Amino acid sequence: MPPPGEGGGIATVAVRTPASLLRRGRPRIADRIFGASVSVMGTVVLVVIAAMVVFLVLQGLPAMQHYGFFSFLSSQRWTPSTAFQNVSRPNPYGILQFIYGTMLTSIIGMLIAVPLAVGAALVITEVAPQRVKGPLSALVDLLAAVPSVVYGFWGVFALIPAIKPVVDFLTTTVGTVPVIGTVFGGPFFGYSYFAAGLVLAIMVLPIIAAVCREVFRSTPRNEKEAALALGATRWEMIRIAVLPRARSGIVGASLLGLGRALGETIAVTMVIGNAVLHINSSVFSQGATMSSVIANEFTEATEPFHLSALFVVGFWLLIVALVVNVLARLVARRGVAL
Amino acid sequence: MTVDMETLVNRERPFRVRRGHAQGVLTLLVGSSVLAACGSASTGSTAAPSATPTAVCTGTAAAPGYKNGLATVSGQATSLSGAGSTFVAPMMSVWTKAYATANSVQVAYQSVGSGAGIAQLQASTVDFGDSDAFMSDTEIAKAKGPVVQIPLVQAPVVVVYNLPGIPSGIKFDGNTIGKIFSGAITVWNDPAITALNPGMSLPNTPIAVAHRSDGSGTTDIFTDFLTQTSPAWVTALGGATTSVGKTVAWPVGIGGKGNDGVSAVVSQTAGGIGYVELDYAIAQHQTYADVKNKAGAFIEPCEQTAANATVGITSYPADLRIDIVNQSTNAEAYPITGLTWALVYQKQTKAATAAALVNFFSWILTSGQDMTGSVDYTPLGPTLQALCIAQLKKITVNGTPVSP
Repeated sequence: MPPPGEGGGIATVAVRTPASLLRRGRPRIADRIFGASVSVMGTVVLVVIAAMVVFLVLQGLPAMQHYGFFSFLSSQRWTPSTAFQNVSRPNPYGILQFIYGTMLTSIIGMLIAVPLAVGAALVITEVAPQRVKGPLSALVDLLAAVPSVVYGFWGVFALIPAIKPVVDFLTTTVGTVPVIGTVFGGPFFGYSYFAAGLVLAIMVLPIIAAVCREVFRSTPRNEKEAALALGATRWEMIRIAVLPRARSGIVGASLLGLGRALGETIAVTMVIGNAVLHINSSVFSQGATMSSVIANEFTEATEPFHLSALFVVGFWLLIVALVVNVLARLVARRGVAL
Repeated sequence: MTVDMETLVNRERPFRVRRGHAQGVLTLLVGSSVLAACGSASTGSTAAPSATPTAVCTGTAAAPGYKNGLATVSGQATSLSGAGSTFVAPMMSVWTKAYATANSVQVAYQSVGSGAGIAQLQASTVDFGDSDAFMSDTEIAKAKGPVVQIPLVQAPVVVVYNLPGIPSGIKFDGNTIGKIFSGAITVWNDPAITALNPGMSLPNTPIAVAHRSDGSGTTDIFTDFLTQTSPAWVTALGGATTSVGKTVAWPVGIGGKGNDGVSAVVSQTAGGIGYVELDYAIAQHQTYADVKNKAGAFIEPCEQTAANATVGITSYPADLRIDIVNQSTNAEAYPITGLTWALVYQKQTKAATAAALVNFFSWILTSGQDMTGSVDYTPLGPTLQALCIAQLKKITVNGTPVSP
């Protein structure tokens, strides 16, 4: 179909022939340059990721060779002070508690953030009055731009004092019930898995909300109107027209958020309490994550194999992030198919 | 509660009486607590330790005014780089600023931690390192040659706590602190603590232990004291080799990054207890404990009591690698006092750098010692200071001493 407004006469064609020939010549060079530069960029990204993995493995190799590749995963004791150059058993650099901390804080964060973010995105796109939508939307974007160290600061000085009375109540009631009590036991000093999870929730909320908002906006107007025309209430319209289409979008948004939660370092380090020795059973007690232990210890990693062991932690963090991502994608695909 | 003199003294302490302030009050306090000092040194931990020899902390530490510096070596470089201890960083920033003004030599000091300072010296990426624990033989073996280790200044590590309504001056002995930091004592009104503090009503608040999450020379000094004084601590940490160091396997507690991180945890948590360098405690208006020393007296940490930590030590090893924590038997010595060491290669290759290093450290050991009070550090005692100057003379360039 000729573009509208394009003249159709012979004269035009005659005039344009040499030009179009020229143009056909030029795109070939441009195409080649474009193609080459894009593939270079693409390769650079891959090379950087590969180099990073190789680097982590190389740096972690001395510790892996000394203690055995999987011995890090079979222990939950991190005691660099008991590491010796010529002793390889037991491995003083067990990292199970860090994997546990990373997973637990991310799970707490996601459990809170996803419903909130979906709700916030729905308010922005469907519920709020027109003149509030703009500012509200900008506000959510603004939240995503807050540096993580500020979230950590806020966590220490505002969040922890605020949740203390509530958690104190929980630890003295639910925390005293026999079996469940081990998970909700006290005393609560603020710095904990739970506080870290809460901070993570608030950090990933704007990311998930912003993506969900765009997904919800892309719902065809006629489908929504059709639902409303059939007598659906606003909630029914959202349930029938908006949410089913957005499911894969919501999952994608959550994955983005999860990625940030798994790797988040400084804010978590500030509120988790940095207890590296072993897994503490209560979510209200101190712990550590894979990224927090690296951030804390790399500057003074002077014990034998200490620095190398931190690289091993970094390596497994990468693996955990990859595995979680792949798993989540699989779950998402199945979920969408249902 | 009756308002006696001790209460008044204690109330004053969180807002320390600084140089030139409140002279009238000072006279009064000094007069009254001299008597108290005599009583407490002999009572030890048995009878009610009614008062501590706090008089020593209320006055002003006299600037030592050392004049035995080396003659300025000419042809020096105009800049130096150093890296290491965060413990000494506030002091170092005062020194480098004053030195730049007086001698137009810029010294860039990176406060990256003692371990990193040693690593950077080993890699020769800096002209000097600084560590709160002297370099061990294995660490020196990894360096590119023999290292001269020069103590620069000493400072107390204080036990800070946060108990609303309770002022500075809770009394602790080493074993009690060890039990708290290993998780054996978990509430503030534990009999072990109340026994040391008769007449003080301590709440049944749970104790929130705060420690360093990063490796630290401050931790090294603190755990050194615990290892010497607390069998409970040593047992809990699995032996005397693993119970002291820049990182230890803390059985309980909240890890804070850096002195300021620990300060923040304690300030934020009712029932909190932690250890920081004195300057940080004062800057944050935190309350801190009196600690029982080798002579059996409970001593408040301050410039003067920290200075006493080397009183009575007469013999030093030739390389000045000495542990002064809990060594002095002086009745007014604060026991948790440590040194920080400058680390310099003995065999320098660049004459200009070597000259600048010798001039800078000679200045720190003389004029620099008079500036320690401004940031609550403590000057070296005369015996040690003279040995440090002698240490500088060992530095050579291509075999020739820099300062003959």
